[in-house]
Amino acid sequence: MKRPANPGAEKGKLVAYLNARLLDPASGLDTLGALLTVGDQIADLGPRLFADGVPSGVEIVDCGGLCLSPGLIDMHAFVGEPGAEHKESFASASAAAAAGGITTLICLPNTDPAIDEPAIVEYVERRARENSLVRVQPMAAITKGLKGEEMAEMGLLVEAGAVAFTDGDRTVASARVMRRALSYSTLFGKLVIQHAQDPSLSRDGVMNEGDVATRLGLAGIPVAAEAMVVERDVRLVALTGARYHVSQVTAQETLEVIRAAKARGLKVTCGTASHYFALNENAVNDYRTFAKVSPPLRTEDDRRAVIEGIKDGTIDVIVSAHLPQDVESKRLPFAQAAFGAAGLETMLAVALTLHHDHGLSLNQVLAKMTAAPARLLGLSSRGQLKAGAKADLMLFDPDKPWRVDVDKLKGKSKNTPYEGLPLTGKVAMTVVDGLKVFDERPGS
Amino acid sequence: MSTGYPHRHLLGIEGLSPPAITYLLDLADSYVEQNRQIDKKKSTLRGRTQINLFFESSTRTSTSFELAGKRLGADVINMAVQRSSVSKGETLIDTAMTLNAMHPDVLVVRHQDSGAVHLLSQKVGCAVINAGDGAHEHPTQALLDALTIRRRRGRLEGQVVAICGDILHSRVARSNIHLLNTMGARVRVIGPPTLMPRAVEELGVEVHHDMARGLKDVDIVMMLRLQMERMQGAYVPSLKEYFHLYGLDQAKLALAKPDALIMHPGPMNRGVEIDSLVADDINRSVIREQVEMGVAVRMACLEALTRHLPNVQGEAS
Repeated sequence: MKRPANPGAEKGKLVAYLNARLLDPASGLDTLGALLTVGDQIADLGPRLFADGVPSGVEIVDCGGLCLSPGLIDMHAFVGEPGAEHKESFASASAAAAAGGITTLICLPNTDPAIDEPAIVEYVERRARENSLVRVQPMAAITKGLKGEEMAEMGLLVEAGAVAFTDGDRTVASARVMRRALSYSTLFGKLVIQHAQDPSLSRDGVMNEGDVATRLGLAGIPVAAEAMVVERDVRLVALTGARYHVSQVTAQETLEVIRAAKARGLKVTCGTASHYFALNENAVNDYRTFAKVSPPLRTEDDRRAVIEGIKDGTIDVIVSAHLPQDVESKRLPFAQAAFGAAGLETMLAVALTLHHDHGLSLNQVLAKMTAAPARLLGLSSRGQLKAGAKADLMLFDPDKPWRVDVDKLKGKSKNTPYEGLPLTGKVAMTVVDGLKVFDERPGS
Repeated sequence: MSTGYPHRHLLGIEGLSPPAITYLLDLADSYVEQNRQIDKKKSTLRGRTQINLFFESSTRTSTSFELAGKRLGADVINMAVQRSSVSKGETLIDTAMTLNAMHPDVLVVRHQDSGAVHLLSQKVGCAVINAGDGAHEHPTQALLDALTIRRRRGRLEGQVVAICGDILHSRVARSNIHLLNTMGARVRVIGPPTLMPRAVEELGVEVHHDMARGLKDVDIVMMLRLQMERMQGAYVPSLKEYFHLYGLDQAKLALAKPDALIMHPGPMNRGVEIDSLVADDINRSVIREQVEMGVAVRMACLEALTRHLPNVQGEAS
């Protein structure tokens, strides 16, 4: 399935989504009602809409009482283009994203070559436009070649379309380089996103440092490697006034640093990936390489702290941290296996455990994957249900049980740590710019 | 009364029950006398093929396994893999599949990565013995250490054992901790904080950084080899300082019980972790005896595992 080459052709098309539970985390709306899209925009919505019937000429989608919300915005996904198309392409990643209810995919710059020049931003945008079912927007590198040494051409990269800056899965280790990048980024107001893991402290480490690593005889990565980078960066944020974001927080200690920074009024935000609140370090028992991720899965106490951080707002966003790996990269001894887990198709269901098991409302959960990332990235027309916003929609059943069957995953790589596990909550339909890109409703 | 060895592989000591360990030790004990006779051969493994697959160089362990297999009548093939297929880009799984196609009965595997032997065992149809994987486990070493102690002391239960030195990188330490704890001994680990794994006390050991305190009144002093290639300037400031603080000499040994046994898995760095006078003390050092026990233990493991293989003729346990 491919998006039509010219979405404008359907510009004036009217679609009525009836019989839906409308959820809009941005406004707090949670009501039964209907929604109307015109072309690629939401025209109207509410409990009374179409109370008197639907006019002729309007296509009707019966939502069957399922939840209709803004499509998800995933702030952290790796797509293998360019350079690692065998692991994931825009076509395969976007098919997986659409199946996961994701309508906007923010991709990482650690490709080959890295997204550190305007021409590569443009290449990615063009490839994505031609091959992707969902909207793809790239982040650009903070430093040239992701080497952590020289700042990339931030101004030109923003003009080319970069929505934020990050060195992907590499930490900007030099305080001087980081200070300059933060300072310079204030010219453009874009987020500078850090993968917080001190490389000298985590070198050779393959999992969380602690008793499990000791028992398995694996080299550990201490929590301090994460917390101290964030501690340092917070000082640099105070110095520069920049907007700073930690891509994935995994531990109690780091959350304390971020809480304190937020309390001081600094522009510090953070995200976490769904596996950090669903799994702990025991998932790597028996040397399961599918649970080898960076930063590593932490202790049960840290997992609970991450849930608390989500609840109290310290953690702003939830990301998939999608990092597809081919079988050959994972079917290796643990120390040699690549880091990373596939996450696009499981992000929503895993996040819904926060609703089912930890008392968050559906809107509170969805906010972390819709309104919050839209606000942080400046995507003001997306991530919410309101008249005039883009018609990026997700229809889902929050209570539908399913089991992760790797053979049915749409992504090219199947390295999910949830293989065979039961999850609750499934996407039925995904709409991007008013167009259906995924539809698994019964009878469709 | 032992109930036999109920597992298909021997990947580690962790998870083995006291009866399973006792069974292996009893079986090994019976081979010690046989190995001291002129005719050392038995035909227990006649017709069986044993492949020693060493991804990491080792002389004594591979020789010990080779002798063990040959004394039981197996056809033994030694493969040093680091020089052949891996350098051509073949993965561990490829190697396993290739070997599996040759129908071996037992694979004895050493690998530099923790968990590698575990991974390989899932891909082959034969029994697998872990001959050391990364910093994870070295089960036959722990068994031979236990056999040495048991023969000298009559039992393992209640013995106070100090394991000294580079605990962080030591698979020998991990396997010994599991075994000694399971069998009712008490284990102390002694070493500098830089060579002590995080949360090691969760393994059920007493942690000491001071040799004098750690060695006080112990029954057994088990020294570990300092892996010198990764040491100097990284984990300890110098070998001189290491020997001063943690090297076993007569003065430090005096703190242990007067009849305390001295053990070392070898090869020894004399003057680094152990003084020659102590290492060669004929009254207390059992280092050579450990090597002798190694062959008997490996014979026992080979026999126990092959009993579970299909198409075994004769007595199955």
